[in-house]
Order: sequence, then C-alpha cells, then structure tokens
Amino acid sequence: MTDTTNKTPAEVLAPDVVTPEVVPPQAPTQDKPASLWSDAWKELRRKPGFIISALLVILMVVMAAFPTLFTSVDPRDCSLIDALQTPSAEHRFGTDLQGCDYYARTIWGARASVSIGLIVTFFSTIIAVALGSLSGYKGGWLDSTLSRFTDIMFAIPLILGALVILNALAGSRGVLQVSAVLIAFGWPTMMRLMRSSVLSVKELDFIDAARALGASDWRIITRHVLANGITPVVVYATITVGVIISAEASLSFLNVGLQLPAISWGLMINTAQNRILAFPHLLFFPGLFLSMTVFAFILMGDALRDALDPKLR
Amino acid sequence: MTKVTPLDTAVDPRSADTGVLLDVKDLEVEFRMRSGTVKAANRVSYQVDKGETLAIVGESGSGKTVSAQAIMGIIDSPPGFVTGGEILFRGKDLLKMEEKERRQIRGDRISMIFQDALTALNPVFTVGWQISEMFQKHRGMSKSEGYKRAVELMNLVKIPSAAERVNAYPHEFSGGMRQRVMIAMAIALDPDVLIADEPTTALDVTVQAQIMGLLADLQQQTGMGLILITHDLGVVAEVADKVSVMYAAEIVETADIRELYRHPYHPYTEGLMRSLVRPDHKGGRLSPIKGSPPDLLHIPSGCPFHPRCDYVQDVCRTDDPPLREILEGRTSACHFAEVFSDD
Repeated sequence: MTDTTNKTPAEVLAPDVVTPEVVPPQAPTQDKPASLWSDAWKELRRKPGFIISALLVILMVVMAAFPTLFTSVDPRDCSLIDALQTPSAEHRFGTDLQGCDYYARTIWGARASVSIGLIVTFFSTIIAVALGSLSGYKGGWLDSTLSRFTDIMFAIPLILGALVILNALAGSRGVLQVSAVLIAFGWPTMMRLMRSSVLSVKELDFIDAARALGASDWRIITRHVLANGITPVVVYATITVGVIISAEASLSFLNVGLQLPAISWGLMINTAQNRILAFPHLLFFPGLFLSMTVFAFILMGDALRDALDPKLR
Repeated sequence: MTKVTPLDTAVDPRSADTGVLLDVKDLEVEFRMRSGTVKAANRVSYQVDKGETLAIVGESGSGKTVSAQAIMGIIDSPPGFVTGGEILFRGKDLLKMEEKERRQIRGDRISMIFQDALTALNPVFTVGWQISEMFQKHRGMSKSEGYKRAVELMNLVKIPSAAERVNAYPHEFSGGMRQRVMIAMAIALDPDVLIADEPTTALDVTVQAQIMGLLADLQQQTGMGLILITHDLGVVAEVADKVSVMYAAEIVETADIRELYRHPYHPYTEGLMRSLVRPDHKGGRLSPIKGSPPDLLHIPSGCPFHPRCDYVQDVCRTDDPPLREILEGRTSACHFAEVFSDD
C-alpha cells in the first residue's frame, strides 16, 4: 500500500454524511461498554424470582459460614433430660433424641450441606467445561476417547456409584470424602451438555468469521465458543448445587454420607427416621431448610437462563 | 483493458510475477467424505490487484466460496484439504506459511465479509466490542481507544447514530445494518484485499444496492483489492472490473466486465446472461439454462458443461477443454470458444 499503510480507513477518510436509512430508535443506550454479564445483571436485578432465590442463597451461605450469628447455643451441648421436646419458647425447634437444641443443629447443619453443594459443583463444572469444550472443539480421536470415558462414568447413577464407594469408605467419611465421590460421579452430565453446546456453536458462521479476521484458536475457544456455549452449563451448574445438596442428604439418610458427630440435615433426618410419626418436628425443620436451599438454587438457575439469553430480552 | 481506478499504479494485473497483489494459481481443494472425494476447486486461477474488483460468478456449489475459504485458510479440515496450487500474496505463498504468520495476515491484510451477517457476528457481544477487538488484538490498542475507533468505523460505513449504537447487540440491528457492521469489522485494519462472499444475498434489493455502493465507495477510497463472490450477474455489472465465471469447481471464463457482457466466449456464460432479467425484456419468457448443475461427486466426462450445452459436439463428451487464452486478457475453457458465438 502507499500512504495508507499504517492508517485505518477511518483516518484516511472523514466520516461521511449519514444516509437517511430508516433505523428504529433502539434500546436505551449506556455510555459504558456493555458485556453479556453486566447486561444479564441489569436484567436479573429486576426479577422477583432471582431476588427471592438470591436472598435465600445468601442467607444459607451466611448461615453456613457464620452459624453463630443465628444461634449462640452450642449444638453439641445436649442433656438427655431434655430429649424429644416439641418446639417451645426455650427450644424454638424443639430438641432431638439426645436432648440437643434442634434449632442450633439445623443452623449448624447448613455448613456441611452448602459446602458440599458448592465444592462439588465448582469442581465438576471445571472438569466438565474443560473436557467438554476440548472434546467438542477439537473433535476426532480426542473427542472419541473423552466421550466414551464420559459415557462410562455417565452410565453409573450418581447415588448408586456414591453409595458403593462411600460404603467402602466406612469410618472415614467427612465433607472432603463425600465431596470427592460426588465430584467423581457428578461431572459427566455437565460434560455432555458442554460438549453438545460447543458442537452446535462451533458450526456457526461467526466462528469462521472470527478465524477469517485473525483470531487464534485459544481466543476462538474462550471468546466465541465458550461465551456462547457456556450458558446452559452455568444454568445447569446452579441447579446442580441443589441436586448435590439433596444427594448429600440422601446419602446421609442412607447411612453412607456424613457420620456422627458431624451435623447435617441429611443426618438429622436419618437420626429421626424411627420417630418421625410421633415427633414430626424432627423431620420438618431439617426438611424445610433442605428443600428451601434446593429450591433457591433451582429458581436461581431458571432466572439465570432467562437473563443470559440476549434474544429473550 | 482493465478499468483503472485512481489509486491503481501501472501494474498489469495479469503479469504472473510478484507484482500482483493476490495471485491464485491452479488451486485445488478436495473434500474427502464417506460418500467419496469431491473436487470442490479444480485448477482455479485468478489475480487481484490494488484497487481492482474481481467478481467470481457461479451457481451454488460451483466452488466459488471454497476458493475464498482456501485463501483465508478457514476450510474445515477434515474433510476439506487444499491439494495443490499456490496462493501468492505479495509474492509469498500463503499455503506454505506457518499458521502463526498466516494468522497475522488474516483479518489484517486479507479480510472477509460473510453472506449472512446475523450469523457471522457473535450474538453475545456488542458490535462495539467486536469491532474494537480487531484493534485491541491486532494493534494492541486500549479498550477505550478501540471503542473510539469502532464508532469512527461505524460512521464510515454509514450506520446512523453510531455513538449510541456501539453498545447494541447484533440482533438489535436490521439486516442491512448488520452487514455494515460486518463490513466495518472487515475493513477495520485497512486490508489490502477484501473478500466479500455473497455480501448482499441475504438482503432485500434496495439494501443490496446500498451495500454494493458502500463497498464500491470504500474500495475507491482505500484502494484495496476486492473479490466479490456472487451468483448474481446483475450485481456484478455495476461494480466489477473483471469477472471469472465458475462452473463445476472450475473457472470456465475470465474477462473484463464490459468485454464479457459484449461477447461471452463460453456457452455457460452466454446462458447465464440470457437468463438475466433485462429492462428490454418485456413480456417474453426468460430462457434459463436447461438441466441442473452437476453433482460434484459425479462430474460429467469431458467438458463438465456438455450435458447442458446447446453447442455440444462429440469431442466435448470425451475431452475436458483447458482454460486457454482467446484474446489478450480473455480466457475460456470451451473447445469452440471462437466458433459457437459467431452465428
């Protein structure tokens, strides 16, 4: 080129007169460059479903992190004399078989449930996104190998697989062990979701366009494939937190999850199982907290899905 | 001879030496699929020089897009493979370059516009983000500088109230405006060659004319070489300098645009022109080319056009005519190029 080598056309030419082509006055504009997530955030702030679920999630997380904000009673300070009391002014949620304050135990129970839910979801999502996008984008033998491995893991039901392994781990089942086992069986669903999402995004023209305009493989994966393909996984991951929390409760109820003296909602329901008809509060309070938490994450997943699809706005 | 634009220097576009900006020589592309191997581009050669517009015309599946994808290096592989030929850009063969070196040319020196700008723009980022990314990635500019340039470019491609629209998403634009955004991205770095792959096919007729006008203006002003891929000879007439007609993965005729309209030297070109709607064509029927384009898996023997040709002779069924020079600057792949059109 001649004198234009280092200049963009915009420098070479003064912006021309604007043609009077009809363009409907569009969406309110903002001065700051917008991104998908900041726009989604603006959308979410107005959604009652999201606000309710977010408040619930925050409440549960705070409860898990700082239980002493909610109760000053030691959940392990029990006296058998007070066993199996129904709710009263002194013990708002009543007491359990050991005479422990049930309110304190319910509050402290959030810690195990929420941390297992978050840890498992976090690590399964990382595994799923990494393997799924690699598999979907690269294709070929790598995809075949990864996909078949995933299918094998996928074929083992989450609860059954966890039950078998955890049963073998009798005596040393803490939050870490239970989380590890749930991660091992929890990622395949999300990996398949990620892979199929990447497969469909990969075929779209803008991937070719990005490549034609000089984007590198890494940039195409992160900016174009992941940005467009990760939405269903984010939504699913949010819901997964709830699913994992209930899986932990199920495992604890089946006696293969956390073990006493740990405190968790599943364990509380497990301990109560023989007396549920006579003392329904033993089931009601941990059950209520458990289902509220699961509900909050699932509701949040739905709100996210709506907000992250620009076409639904 | 070729129409010379103001920025064109006195280089003969057809001189096959390194003086030509982009020189595609005997390009061959194959797609290897389970059902067989398809030659999607066969001995495709063309040249584009500064300030020049080459139109590549052909029916769907004639291989015109594939050759452009080969230049950009975006053929899906597998199943697509470039099996032969050279693509010389400023004398250097793109096909022999390292991927890294090639990527620096993509988008920067050689750029491309796609047919459907709705699907060619990333739906989850604003158009300003996408345009400014070009400056940030290729020129190392800051985000705010990139956005400033994005607004300038959007003004340049005549998007009304660009400063406000820079933060809008692709789906908030009309089809014509989206194509303008795509054009803005493609010319952001002032490329030497712009490939426009059916840039107006997805648009309605009035918008088509505006987009073609915009492309012609931009080309005049920046002096870039333009490769215009289209199936529409009507679009070509107003903007192109040269035309290459493709049929069944091969170029069958290349000519200066006015020469081509005055006197086609290939029966297929003649057929295309007869099937055009013209202002003087009142009342009568259009005369389409009989038959349908060949399946590239089963290209007819001899001249691939012979089953549809009005002038077919025995030799056409057995011998594939090579592309040869009929007059200076005019090539045709017909055994009877000089003869058939004289009656």
